[in-house]
Amino acid sequence: MLTILFDGVAYGMLLFVLACGLSVTLGLMNFINLAHGAFAMAGGYCTVILVNRIGIPFALGLPIAFLVTALIGGLFERTLYVHVYARDHLDQVLFTIGLVFMSVAAVDYTMGSSQQFVQIPEALQGQFNVFGVGMGKYRLLIIVVCGLLTVSLQLILAKTRFGSRLRAAVDDQRVARGLGINVGAVFAVTFAFGSGLAGLGGALGAEILGLDPTFPLKYMIYFLIVVTVGGTSSITGPFLASILLGIADVAGKYYVPKLGAFVIYAIMIAVLIWRPQGLFARATAR
Amino acid sequence: MTVNTLNAKNLAAPAANVSAYLKSRARWSPFEIAFWVFAFATIWLFPGKHLILKDTAILALFALSLDLILGYAGIISLGQAAFFGLAGYFAGLVAKYGIVNEPVVALVLSGVVAAALGFATSFLVLRGSDLTRLMVTLGVSLMLGEVANRYSNITGGADGLQGVDIEPLFGRFRFDLYGHNGYVYCLSVLFVCFVIVRRIVYSPFGLSLRAVKGNPLRAAAIGIPVKWRLVAIYTVSAGIAGIAGALLTQTTAFCSLDVFSLERSADLLLVLIIGGTGYLYGGLIGAVIYKFLQDWIANLTPQYWQFWIGLVLVVLVLIGRDRMRNWIGTVRGAVAGVGVRLLPRSITLGGAAPDGP
Amino acid sequence: MPILETIRLEKRFGGITANHDVNLVVEKGARHALIGPNGAGKTTLINMLTGVLKPTAGRIMLEGRDITDVVPHERVRLGMARTFQINQLFLDLTPLESIGLVVSERLGLGADWWRVVGTRSSVTDEIVEVVERFRLTDVMHERTARLPYGKQRLLEIALAFTCRPRVLLLDEPAAGVPEAERHELLATIEALPAEVTVLLIEHDMDLVFSFADRISVLVNGSLFVDGAPEEVARDPRVKAVYLGEELDA
Ligand SMILES: Nc1ncnc2c1ncn2[C@@H]1O[C@H](COP(=O)(O)OP(=O)(O)OP(=O)(O)O)[C@@H](O)[C@H]1O
Ligand SMILES: [Mg+2]
Repeated sequence: MLTILFDGVAYGMLLFVLACGLSVTLGLMNFINLAHGAFAMAGGYCTVILVNRIGIPFALGLPIAFLVTALIGGLFERTLYVHVYARDHLDQVLFTIGLVFMSVAAVDYTMGSSQQFVQIPEALQGQFNVFGVGMGKYRLLIIVVCGLLTVSLQLILAKTRFGSRLRAAVDDQRVARGLGINVGAVFAVTFAFGSGLAGLGGALGAEILGLDPTFPLKYMIYFLIVVTVGGTSSITGPFLASILLGIADVAGKYYVPKLGAFVIYAIMIAVLIWRPQGLFARATAR
Repeated sequence: MTVNTLNAKNLAAPAANVSAYLKSRARWSPFEIAFWVFAFATIWLFPGKHLILKDTAILALFALSLDLILGYAGIISLGQAAFFGLAGYFAGLVAKYGIVNEPVVALVLSGVVAAALGFATSFLVLRGSDLTRLMVTLGVSLMLGEVANRYSNITGGADGLQGVDIEPLFGRFRFDLYGHNGYVYCLSVLFVCFVIVRRIVYSPFGLSLRAVKGNPLRAAAIGIPVKWRLVAIYTVSAGIAGIAGALLTQTTAFCSLDVFSLERSADLLLVLIIGGTGYLYGGLIGAVIYKFLQDWIANLTPQYWQFWIGLVLVVLVLIGRDRMRNWIGTVRGAVAGVGVRLLPRSITLGGAAPDGP
Repeated sequence: MPILETIRLEKRFGGITANHDVNLVVEKGARHALIGPNGAGKTTLINMLTGVLKPTAGRIMLEGRDITDVVPHERVRLGMARTFQINQLFLDLTPLESIGLVVSERLGLGADWWRVVGTRSSVTDEIVEVVERFRLTDVMHERTARLPYGKQRLLEIALAFTCRPRVLLLDEPAAGVPEAERHELLATIEALPAEVTVLLIEHDMDLVFSFADRISVLVNGSLFVDGAPEEVARDPRVKAVYLGEELDA
């Protein structure tokens, strides 16, 4: 029982790191980016190549995965996404789902369609046993890393100059522009950073989520659930939504394995009907 | 009549003109007639291609259903596959267990079942923003997929629904392996559905949908019950999507879980975008182009077909749908010009009104 | 009994109070003007009357019936129509289609999904009449998006007219209309049958005083003064708060 909770929290934390970039791009630019998972996949495959093929230590592979994906994200943002921000939602959906399809096929072509595994150091394998609760070491690592990331994200948003600019831009783009904030640059940096986080999440999560070319499609709906259920007005909402989703998914798969993801979808629809702006959105948000 | 000095006599002529104008828009243009004549001619022109043509007709019908809500009501949906799949399984199951044997009756029933699901879920879809709609539509179809997977004893699960035996059409025309009868059947159903949809679109109800899409605030302010109009069209659209799904099952005697997949809904969007939304033929033309492309690319690189779909989507958006529409509009304008010239008399009201004829 | 009445109507947007304790009484057949400085809350009030916005508190009565919770399109059926300060048109439709739509909705034909538009002579006759009256004849086949602003403004008003309301709410109908055409526009409004009640929002004082038989002044979201034109014109507070500004301008 507690093990399920533990696994669920680890899973949820992972989802949060994966999806928080999406939440920011959605809140900031009102942009529906269905291709967010593609960046996560890029991070995952990047780690596979670095760690398994080249033999770089896992601990070093993670930050590199972050950097590489951030770079890719920034590049895509500047060259492609900028043209689509101002378009209607249908265009955004078409555009990003096109990117998903391309990434799926491209990865399939270069890496093959089989499931990939990142080689995890010995030290991280196995379980601790605390008061009779089995805790996977690797999951513990995930919780620690993601927890640290979450805290630092919160600090960045709350304390730094960039954070305040970002919040200003989220609240009201026009006012932010009027205040002399370069909203375009804020977008680009945020997008790159969010992609980087997704990449890191993909690298960390390859072990738990599995990594194959259909990753962006398989998890797209999970990321979207996090942001729609959590709302986009803060990062606390998506965080709570991720944890809930993680626990619900793990518990659902454990107790009612046959129903699969049915429970998750049903809950999502119920939440969206009950609160279309998201469970944790401020009442007056937009 | 305070401002203008109209009298009853010269009011009659402009009214007739307005009426003629409105009706003329709904009249079948030569382009349309040619389109359908050609479509039916393919039955004899390309007998060897009936299988792919049949799939094209089904896809076209499916795309038509999406056009109805996207092009005419502005609802973005990634869950049209829910109706397609539900009706597909329904048609398969009633045939398998011999509940309804006549394919046409089963087809209509499948459409009704899908429409019922559409009606039930329409209330979910009408709330919230574009993103919420996307999520809910997608969520509904994924949920159905999970359910179909769960009850694999009924649906066959991942192996698909097998052992479906479709009775001959009207007790006479058996669905053959080459798709001959299947194609005629699908094309006829497509045509019938198209005619109905066309009536809807050119009716006052259809006009009100365009108004709702254009400006829901004003639509409500002139007394249009916006919500109910959307519920109605969503239901109709679901029914048509269902008929398409049932056609697929009936003509292949098979149904598998991928009818519910996201890819199916996404491909459908692509089909419609290729052909253009909001003028009814978009889904049809899009389906032809899409199938043609698929056939061609699949021969080149069968595995990576998806890459090219993605590329087409990305490029289409970068070029801009507006620009595309303008190109299409130019072509259509030329075509419509032919139509107007064939009308018996001038339909403009213009300066003729005050003097009368 | 007043035809339209609000009881302690209130609207807050987060911290902003746009309307506060508004008790507006509009008598049947009145030519009632609602004036007030920019941002006074006039449009917000109209939005609540027509159901676009939900009041934070208070009730709205139409002919003695509480319509506070009635959805917008039902209020149209009950006899209330409005124009918008900023044009709200169907840009993809032609004026002909837009007006035809209003007519067929009013006649209850809007849900008819089988008959082709334009086959009923009762509908087409009325379309022609409205198009003529609002001088839209020469542009009636153009897409609304392509119309010059003046024509769009006329269409905006024509749509509300065509609803044949018993209460017509006009939010700055003359805004953006060339000086020369303003009076003609007002003449069209004044020519409405006497039993039609008109509530007009307008900044042009000449127009207001030539038109209204009753004036309400809204300041900072509250009803400030309410009375016959002469009274309002004489009221020193109104002069100070509102008319003064206007005269200076
Ligand atoms: N949707 C909204 N959200 C937040 N504040 C609003 C909203 N609509 C109006 N307001 C605020 O309410 C106040 C009243 O606005 P309103 O538009 O009703 O004024 P008005 O009297 O119509 O002004 P004008 O003469 O300029 O048209 C203003 O301070 C405005 O900023
Ligand atoms: Mg106003």
